[in-house]
Amino acid sequence: MVSAVKRLAAGLLAVAGAASVGWDGAAEAQTSVKIGYAISRTGPAAGGAAVTTIPNYELWVKEVNAAGGLKLGDKRVLIEVVQYDDRSSAEEAAKALERLITQDKVDFILPPWGTGLNLAVGPILNKAGYPHIASTAVTDRAPELAKRWPNSFWLLGTSADAAKTLVELLTKLRTEGKIGDTVAMASIADGFGIDLSGAARPALTAAKFKLAYDKTYPVGTQDLSPIINEVKALNPDVFIAFSYPPDTIAITEQSRISGFNPKIFYTGVGTAFPLFKQKFGANAEGVMGIGGWNGDSPAIKDYLARHKASAANGAEPDRWASAVTYAGLQMLQQAIERVGKVDRAAVIKDLQSGTFETVIGKVKLENNMPTKYWWVGQWQDGEFYGVGPSGNEGERAPVVPKPAWKAQ
Amino acid sequence: MSRTQMTTGAICLAAVVALAFVPMIVDAYHLALAISLLQFTVLATAWGMFSGPTRYVSLATTAFFGVGAYTVAVLGEQLPWSLVLLIAAVIGAVMAVIVGLSTLRLSGVHFVIFTFGLAELVRQIVVWYEVNKTRVLGRYVFVDITQNDIYWQLLALAVIVFGAGWLIARSRFGFALRIIGEDETVARHCGINVTIAKVALFTITATFMTLVGAVMAPRFTYIEPSIAFNATISFEVVIMALLGGAHRLWGPALGAIPLTLLFDFLSARFPSTSTLIMGVVFLLIVYALPSGVVGLWERLKTWRPTASKMRGAQA
Repeated sequence: MVSAVKRLAAGLLAVAGAASVGWDGAAEAQTSVKIGYAISRTGPAAGGAAVTTIPNYELWVKEVNAAGGLKLGDKRVLIEVVQYDDRSSAEEAAKALERLITQDKVDFILPPWGTGLNLAVGPILNKAGYPHIASTAVTDRAPELAKRWPNSFWLLGTSADAAKTLVELLTKLRTEGKIGDTVAMASIADGFGIDLSGAARPALTAAKFKLAYDKTYPVGTQDLSPIINEVKALNPDVFIAFSYPPDTIAITEQSRISGFNPKIFYTGVGTAFPLFKQKFGANAEGVMGIGGWNGDSPAIKDYLARHKASAANGAEPDRWASAVTYAGLQMLQQAIERVGKVDRAAVIKDLQSGTFETVIGKVKLENNMPTKYWWVGQWQDGEFYGVGPSGNEGERAPVVPKPAWKAQ
Repeated sequence: MSRTQMTTGAICLAAVVALAFVPMIVDAYHLALAISLLQFTVLATAWGMFSGPTRYVSLATTAFFGVGAYTVAVLGEQLPWSLVLLIAAVIGAVMAVIVGLSTLRLSGVHFVIFTFGLAELVRQIVVWYEVNKTRVLGRYVFVDITQNDIYWQLLALAVIVFGAGWLIARSRFGFALRIIGEDETVARHCGINVTIAKVALFTITATFMTLVGAVMAPRFTYIEPSIAFNATISFEVVIMALLGGAHRLWGPALGAIPLTLLFDFLSARFPSTSTLIMGVVFLLIVYALPSGVVGLWERLKTWRPTASKMRGAQA
């Protein structure tokens, strides 16, 4: 019995071994660089992926191939794309990446959209030794994850940092006498809202702001008017909503309707989306939100034009993670070209230590994370400019108090 | 034991031993596929063990799966692994008893809707607790469990599920369940405590589902309610069990294996339209194979003589 099993196992091993030798032989000649990704084309993450990630991946591949491909040594090699739909599921994303690595044998992998999925694929990319440039994940454990997985790069920073920057800006405005110290805060009961309000709460208290309102609302809440009416009655100087795109729109719309116009009006994810400007037009003016970019820089202006020309229906990028995603692709490209061959370990090393020219400026990572982020942006004259943290290149002075809502 | 039973036993044993060697010879992708296959085999078999005899359609799979996954997310880093699994099993069982006692008096579509709501209820309770008490929503699962370990644990779980199903079918309990399935009123008149029998079976199978969730959790690394309580799992399990045929112990596995392979093939070959094709496949299964592969097989067996007789008559 035992010997039969052993023989069977040995036989299977031999077959598998022979098969893998055959595959290795075929993968030798480098005529193209295979880039793989699994992205959410369906499911709850599809909206974010469609705005922030997919247009940038397509733009980058199009541009690189139009220039003749990636420069490996003295020849140019075209990019070949292999892509799957992760259906917004962690299990599907994990399986798709394992398929990309072992079946399609791709040379590099681009990250999925969102915090959860980037964390789900982290161990797989780490084990297989692929660089993991997470450009749409905001997590407070980023520094720890970068240590655990040295191949992973967390370009969007931590939520604690986001909340801290916002509170710093508020403190500065209060010192300048532009705002008082009553704050109302509403947050979505999901990863993002909980993390940010969790970080903002102690920071606000430490800065001696009065937190007049601090409540959460469930994901998928359709009617946000009770929150707005309650907050309006408290007449705060600052309104902060750590919200997701649908409720960012709903909260802004409801505030406009009920004429709730605090000196600072801040909403969460989605404020930086082109959709926000389309929906609110002139009423977007003065609204603050998470993200922002240096809208005056020629690199950003050029990127905006190229993105519009490339994306379906001339869609604009969002003013937060889009440019960071594109910068991540530029970093990957520069690292590959500096190494000059498909040597993933060397590319990871270059990403850790190199300096990169990107659309968001010069980037040099420290402990696998950038040193500069845009955390607070504000719509000013139809563009979402970065207004915090102070000291970033291209920082604009915030417009406070926010102008009154106009009749639509 | 008869000779055929001995042979079947030996074949099963050999198959399990052979399967245990799989992680050593396949690559990461095929191991991931094998993990999926085992995961759905256990879930669908557990589902069929309850729904086969009682004819209740339960959409609560993901509620138990998610509770298992969340138990690991909360306790995984603090306690030894075996203890974590034990606690997950206990929580799943307790929850199943409570749910079973309060709902197994419902019948038909009421039960379906309740179980669907149950998953959402558990999810909202977890969200409420995390938002208002712990103030963290996403949890990280950093435990020292490799993919190979996950595979072996699922394989062991599969063996236990089939073993439990086999034992139940041969016990007085199993006999009682068959009578309940045929006619609940008759069962009551025979002196069977119908409620206890149903709740016991529901609890046993729900515990298996909870354990699958717990075993799978280290694969996710990051868990939040929308990941752990994903309603798709409930529907996939139902459709797998229906394709295979829930009235035989090995039926659901016959549905789980081809459908898992099909889903994988579809998402690899038709990345942008796979969900659409899957929907069509579901429709076809329900219309074309109302009693599953097992039902088709049994019908073919009984048809054959009649079919040949008919051919003879025509000639």
